[in-house]
Amino acid sequence: MADAPNIPDEAEVRARWGAFAWTKENAEQAKVIIARYPAGRQRSAVMPLLDLAQRQVGAETDTQGWLPVPVIEYVAAQLDMPYIRAYEVATFYTMYNLAPVGRYHVQVCGTTPCMLRGSDDVMAACRNRGMVKGKTTPDGLFTLTEVECMGNCTNAPMVQINDDNYEDLDYDSMTRILDDLAAGKQPKTGTQNPGRHTSDPEGGPTTLTAMVEANHDYRKEW
Amino acid sequence: MSLADKDRIFTNLYGYQPWNLKAAQKRGDWDKTKDLMARGQDAIIEEVKASGLRGRGGAGFPTGLKWSFMPKEPREDRPSFLVINADESEPGSCKDREIIRHDPHKLIEGALIAGYAMRARAAYIYIRGEFIREAETLFAAVREAYDAGLLGKNAAKSGYDFDVFVHRGAGAYICGEETAMIESLEGKKGQPRLKPPFPAGAGLYGCPTTVNNVESIAVVPTILRRGATWFASFGRENNKGTKLFQISGHVERPCVVEEEMGIPFRELIEKHCGGIRGGWDNLLAVIPGGSSVPLVPAAQIMDAPMDFDGLRELGSGLGTAAAIVMDKSTDVVQAISRISYFYKHESCGQCTPCREGTGWMWRVMERLRTGDADISEIDTLFDVTKQVEGHTICALGDAAAWPIQGLIRHFRPELERRIRENGGALEAAE
Repeated sequence: MADAPNIPDEAEVRARWGAFAWTKENAEQAKVIIARYPAGRQRSAVMPLLDLAQRQVGAETDTQGWLPVPVIEYVAAQLDMPYIRAYEVATFYTMYNLAPVGRYHVQVCGTTPCMLRGSDDVMAACRNRGMVKGKTTPDGLFTLTEVECMGNCTNAPMVQINDDNYEDLDYDSMTRILDDLAAGKQPKTGTQNPGRHTSDPEGGPTTLTAMVEANHDYRKEW
Repeated sequence: MSLADKDRIFTNLYGYQPWNLKAAQKRGDWDKTKDLMARGQDAIIEEVKASGLRGRGGAGFPTGLKWSFMPKEPREDRPSFLVINADESEPGSCKDREIIRHDPHKLIEGALIAGYAMRARAAYIYIRGEFIREAETLFAAVREAYDAGLLGKNAAKSGYDFDVFVHRGAGAYICGEETAMIESLEGKKGQPRLKPPFPAGAGLYGCPTTVNNVESIAVVPTILRRGATWFASFGRENNKGTKLFQISGHVERPCVVEEEMGIPFRELIEKHCGGIRGGWDNLLAVIPGGSSVPLVPAAQIMDAPMDFDGLRELGSGLGTAAAIVMDKSTDVVQAISRISYFYKHESCGQCTPCREGTGWMWRVMERLRTGDADISEIDTLFDVTKQVEGHTICALGDAAAWPIQGLIRHFRPELERRIRENGGALEAAE
């Protein structure tokens, strides 16, 4: 709870977001999402709808997005569930932002596998650009968060920035990525190690080498 | 002897080739799925049982046996569900991600076959929220399967109706626990349920439910195609098959690789990871199965077989087969303390021993890291881990306790050294 965000002033938030409603596309998407669950179990859709809403807020504010209280109320009403149950979900899961974030949400993994491979250097690259953990830079560009294991451990250390992962980082590659983003350029996603494709060993795979060049069918060898 | 490429199940593991249906079919997926299903539900379960497949999510429960707990004749108003656990969040683990983004059709075909065998009406694949691009691939792959008639009504022309839905999480390690996952799927906080009732009796929406790991489901079509005896020809008794290993930390070349169960640790590292950074003499310890299993010191792990029983004999476990390797440059107390922080962060807050204990243990670990402690506190900490362990609804309490117990068991002299150097021993003597 020590890391709990400062929830913005309710009156201001209500003035800005009180009239929140789905865009035409998202209204369609919400219907598709609700249809994934059995009739009468529409409450199951609360997580995907909160995500959709956060993305819509993000699109309207040119940030990663967040969940103002009236937006959570809107989602709860659509699913015919009490507001407090939706709020409970919004506060339980870490991916829902309860306060505004910057254009880029820089989430540096600091758990042991990343720590062992140099996540401190990745953090240092962020700090060197004036980023402070838990805060948004004054220009509104970057919000820095230290997150727990993101499941990219064989490509550690890594960072997730909005929807993309950047892996096999060091101080220099992280600095370059942040520079690119600040300049409005899209950096290469995934591994930053030129000797790797994805999670294969550096320098090329030790197994399944036939797959590198062609979509090999191993059934002939069974 | 080493596993041959032809015996590897996840041939597109590294994503050199496209994940899409056409490419997957060329690799052998969705090949006469109808015929596999025509063998009958009980025959499929028997084949999986005979293969010796044990759950790949960490606990290692026999997969076929788990399926056999599901009702043979589900009621119309109470359908059965398969829930596939793709909430991969255990520090060190990164195998399900590779399956989903590079070989999703193995998972989807497995979902149909497994769902059919356990007489389920539908499968929900619960993928962790942070796997954003991976979920995009999975949604698209499921769409492809529907468009090709492989899912939905009369799935793959089998005469069986089956749906597969993808559900994204939103950042909570605890949702990898099966009952927390079910709660989350129902649109609630992911807090584990008391068992019994077990999910096979009352799970998702109160209906019979089986929760299986991604890898457990994705290997099933290949097991059926090649036969239980083929799968069981790898590994040792009770530890059969092939397995995706994930090696992170201080090896020359970290990677994910499919190997035979029980491969000796040294062989795994030499063959695929280019050895330990700085050589074998520089190895300090290994966490062999993801963060929740106790670490094993270098001398014990070097030639140990990487399987369920081999690692249990060392007081640790195979877990998800995610080996976190630490060389002698590692501050081992910090490494474990960071894991303690992880569990403090991820405790759902439902049970007091875990909610209070994980924070307490982390704070003591941080003091032990700097030596700002009394020697007697090592025993106090060990005692507290024993009070947390086994006294919570789910295994998160155990998972938080075990790494600390492993540290104290194997690195007590290091903890004492730090306290002495910090002057703690003097205080104790005064």
